[in-house]
Amino acid sequence: MKMVRSILIGLVMLGLISNVGYARQKYVQVKGSDTLINLVQRLSEVYMETHPGKAISVTGGGSGTGIAAIINDTADIANASRLMKDKEIKKCVKKGINPMRIVIAIDALSIVINPDNPITDLTVDQIAKIYKGEITNWSEIGGNDETINLYGRQPNSGTYDFMKKHILKGDYSPKMRQMNGNAQIVMGVESDISGIGYVGVGYARSASGIKVVKIGKKEDGPFIDPLTVSDASTYPISRSLQQYVSGEPKGNVKEFIAFELSPKGQEIVEEEGFFPVSKAYKEVNRKAGL
Amino acid sequence: MSIGTFPVDIIKSRMVVHCMKAYKIKEEAIKLFLLICSITVVMLLFGIFLLLLLKTIPAFKEISIKEFFTTPLWNPAGYYKEQYGILAMVVSTLMVTAGAMIIAVPLGIGTAAYLNEIANHKVREILKPIIEILAGIPSVVIGFLGIVLLGPIITKVFGVKSGLNALNGSILLAVMALPTIISISEDALNSVPKSFGEASYALGANRWQTLVRIKIPAALSGIIASCMLGMGRAIGETMTVLMATGCATAMPHSFFDPVRTMTSAIAIELGEVAFDSTHYYALFAVGLVLFLMTFAVNMASDVILNKYQLMERK
Repeated sequence: MKMVRSILIGLVMLGLISNVGYARQKYVQVKGSDTLINLVQRLSEVYMETHPGKAISVTGGGSGTGIAAIINDTADIANASRLMKDKEIKKCVKKGINPMRIVIAIDALSIVINPDNPITDLTVDQIAKIYKGEITNWSEIGGNDETINLYGRQPNSGTYDFMKKHILKGDYSPKMRQMNGNAQIVMGVESDISGIGYVGVGYARSASGIKVVKIGKKEDGPFIDPLTVSDASTYPISRSLQQYVSGEPKGNVKEFIAFELSPKGQEIVEEEGFFPVSKAYKEVNRKAGL
Repeated sequence: MSIGTFPVDIIKSRMVVHCMKAYKIKEEAIKLFLLICSITVVMLLFGIFLLLLLKTIPAFKEISIKEFFTTPLWNPAGYYKEQYGILAMVVSTLMVTAGAMIIAVPLGIGTAAYLNEIANHKVREILKPIIEILAGIPSVVIGFLGIVLLGPIITKVFGVKSGLNALNGSILLAVMALPTIISISEDALNSVPKSFGEASYALGANRWQTLVRIKIPAALSGIIASCMLGMGRAIGETMTVLMATGCATAMPHSFFDPVRTMTSAIAIELGEVAFDSTHYYALFAVGLVLFLMTFAVNMASDVILNKYQLMERK
């Protein structure tokens, strides 16, 4: 009896081990940007429903974390809300990795404030000055006499980087609260009448208890609302959201990315509050073989 | 009689010698095993220290030690220039910890005194495990409570705009340090000889006088050591402060300012830092400073505890 039992256990264990090996082949790991996590999670759910037997795991951690995972080969796809930095590209070259960029959606970054704040429009220049700490009171730009409380992301976030490089073109005020994700920024601004924050438009759309500010390039407008704009490229603070893979995508990874770019995938992109990939970016994707 | 039993005695004593030998070998083996155990632990501590030190040295090839310790701002990914000053973080860490101690010490000692002096056996048997469970709540859960529960309370009570600030962190850390303080203080009060209290009552002192004038002073070193251990925990705590203190890099001016402690800075930045960069080594330097701070606190508590045990023996 004992022998039979141990043989049975052995067989079961063998089965488990071989199963793990089998699963590893089909298992695609996606890691990175917190801005992209909800979208890609939704995409992967629909993909797994329509493609039985495929498994995809999506985790966050920030764009930097995702790109580092590609370099260290601990993930198959990196979600990134920013482009790779020179330093990161150098590291890829060192390791013999050829990172490929695939744009899967376009994001309009929304500036959010408390609903009780009378401000409705801001220019890009004003936003930069607010976050650099040059404008510190709402009354300076026609609001209440309240000290501005800044809410931003942590340095490992692609959104943090994007704002710094393309909007601020300078350093953040050290008084900015570095929040641990979009949801925390929304939570902070919701309960702080003098707060201001920046989040991906997908988050702004689904969040309640905040007000989204209209943004203008110049003082005389036009001021554009990211929630209602039809062409993302006219909105002053828009950016591409991409995935990086090591080398030209193949097999399961390629299949999943192709799904993301398919009409069905792009429909989900719009449902999640982002904008579909524009023509110029489709050209970028063609280079990666998609 | 003695002639008859003599050989038996010799045989017996030889057997004893033989047994003694086996016993001694066994005992030596156990001693050796325990020695190896403790050496491993000590080596681990030295290993960590050495690793931190080795990883720290390259940082100071590029950063001046003066800049590191005397400038307030930490901004390694600065737009114009990289800044590596830990002053604001150290002040933040000390501020949050000091705040936590101001709250936790009176509360902890009070609870310990209650448990030891006033509570009857049944109450004590229920309360003590509950307090110890408090120590087991994961820090991320406490941090979450800080955001959704304590933050809004602070905004309402103090009339400030945002509840994510140093005060929030201090209160949460106080909660986390309490179990240590209560548990060890209560043990210290418990080990005050009964005769002390009896003598005090005999001289006509009431319970309050006995507690404050006799028992607490007699257990003082144990109580101080418990506070030091609680403080060690508060300094090193990461997740809670990361979530609840607002994490701004500026030098704080009051408890209502958002602060970013040394632990938060390391936790946020180490995940994405480029390996082998100045920033990477600078984070290890922050770690080393933090290690030395907690080490000093723990050493102090150890010294005090030793003194207390010596006094007990007298």
